[in-house]
Amino acid sequence: MFPSRFDYVAPDTVEEVLATLAQHGDEAKILAGGQSLIPLMKLRFASPGLLVDVNRVPGLGFVEETGEHLRVGTLTRNTELERSALLKSGYPVMADAAPMISDPLVRNRGTIGGSLAHADPAGDWGSVMLALGAEVVIKSSTDERTIPVSELLVNTFTTSLDPTEMITEIRVPKTPARSGGSYLKMERRVGDFATVATAVHLTLDNGTIKRAGIGLTAVGSKNLQASAAEDALAGAEPTAEAFEEAARLAAEASSPSSDVRGSAEYKKAMVRTFVRRGLDKALELARG
Amino acid sequence: MEKLDLRSRVERSVSRRTFIKGVVATGATVSAGAYVLRSSGASTASAQGAVERLVTLRVNGQDRRVDVMKQETLAMTLRYKLGLTGTKIGCDRADCGACTVLVDGVPKYSCSLLTHQVRGAEVTTIEGLANGDELHPVQQAVVDEAGFQCAFCAPGFIMAMVGTIQESPSLTRDEMAHALSGNLCRCADYPKILNSAMRAAEYMRSTTA
Ligand SMILES: Cc1cc2nc3c(=O)[nH]c(=O)nc-3n(C[C@H](O)[C@H](O)[C@H](O)COP(=O)(O)OP(=O)(O)OC[C@H]3O[C@@H](n4cnc5c(N)ncnc54)[C@H](O)[C@@H]3O)c2cc1C
Ligand code: FES
Ligand code: FES
Repeated sequence: MFPSRFDYVAPDTVEEVLATLAQHGDEAKILAGGQSLIPLMKLRFASPGLLVDVNRVPGLGFVEETGEHLRVGTLTRNTELERSALLKSGYPVMADAAPMISDPLVRNRGTIGGSLAHADPAGDWGSVMLALGAEVVIKSSTDERTIPVSELLVNTFTTSLDPTEMITEIRVPKTPARSGGSYLKMERRVGDFATVATAVHLTLDNGTIKRAGIGLTAVGSKNLQASAAEDALAGAEPTAEAFEEAARLAAEASSPSSDVRGSAEYKKAMVRTFVRRGLDKALELARG
Repeated sequence: MEKLDLRSRVERSVSRRTFIKGVVATGATVSAGAYVLRSSGASTASAQGAVERLVTLRVNGQDRRVDVMKQETLAMTLRYKLGLTGTKIGCDRADCGACTVLVDGVPKYSCSLLTHQVRGAEVTTIEGLANGDELHPVQQAVVDEAGFQCAFCAPGFIMAMVGTIQESPSLTRDEMAHALSGNLCRCADYPKILNSAMRAAEYMRSTTA
């Protein structure tokens, strides 16, 4: 199977990538890991006129802590994230999620920026980033802007990116001491997209919850942020009742549809169970 | 091909220059602005980073000169231009692993890599493993364990095993199962494939020890 014909360029600087995007607009698509885009092109779901391969641009793959943030380069492969000691020690929700994304071969190619830009409601990184309150740095040939992931994800396969723009990095607020998180994913078997998955991040302050972040995977038209549940937890004591109520609110915020992976009712029930369990796990880690 | 689920999760595209319709499972139709179809007329690629059709690929330690279309995948080039038909094509969409080859030592799906993307990289296929008549330890382990039934999936599995074991020589059986989860076997011969993989790791540890 061949994708339909396209032109292909592989620039080696971000400036060249952006200049090419500026010139070609919605004719062009960035090629990152290609694990979503190339299959989509073969099936004719996407037929861009020009592919701009960013894999030869040096310096787009990195994981580092600087100042206020954990910075992750857009082209960082899922395999690298899975192996990152930094994530294991400080960002448990990311460390949990990375090895559950697809299978090892897809992870060897697939990138975090590609995953966010693809905006699949069943994608895992979107929910994780919502829970962490992360931002993306977006560049075009004339501009640079930083927006929260909640503003990036608009709808199924739809983001607020302009065709002339590229995500260059993801910025996660550094997790304060007494933080914990978890990513729980139900999949029919290893490597599958989520039936339901929940990302939870908690920060404690003197025994109360300072901030709670909750992201939901595969239960709506995009990765969902369970804002009502987050608000209910902020400032509250981390009690079983508070967690139960937050889990209920999160399930209420979800709008799954029935499909081969399960009925809508079942998925809603799983959101509740997973958020509840995820909060327990996050609390345990936050208490150290 | 339920693993990728493109058929069920994205509905067929509509007319040109419009948005494709994305459908999530049961049919909540939404427009998918991110996947705009190509407009009429080919776009002219800018000079920046443009590629030649005639490329030199490094495959199994040899330089191979080959004429490659931009939309050609590595699996296609290997099989139909270079005659390396050991690499199989199953799903052709990053799902089954039949097409697995090593690119700079890392196992990847060759059906979902453009050939132009591997310029300058070292590609290893199943044909490149044996040293003359001497089988690679992983191949030997597969023979000793009678590891496959029809063996259509074998080249992909073997390449994944080589890459995996080189990276992590001492996995447990359970870890190995996870590490090889990007490869599917239609005959469902997994227990014996895992036996082969565990024996392969043992052979590779003793050859490098
Ligand atoms: C069998 C299979 C199973 C999978 N299972 C899962 C799973 O369980 N969970 C999960 O989260 N994902 C899963 N995926 C998706 C996989 O993780 C994808 O690789 C990923 O979502 C897209 O990343 P990519 O780097 O491959 O992007 P590409 O396929 O290269 O690109 C995807 C889209 O993003 C755009 N893009 C890429 N980079 C940028 C950028 N820097 N700026 C702007 N736009 C950009 C592209 O133009 C394209 O529209 C699976 C994929 C496969 C094939
Ligand atoms: S042919 Fe199935 S993954 Fe490439
Ligand atoms: S042995 Fe037949 S597909 Fe694996």
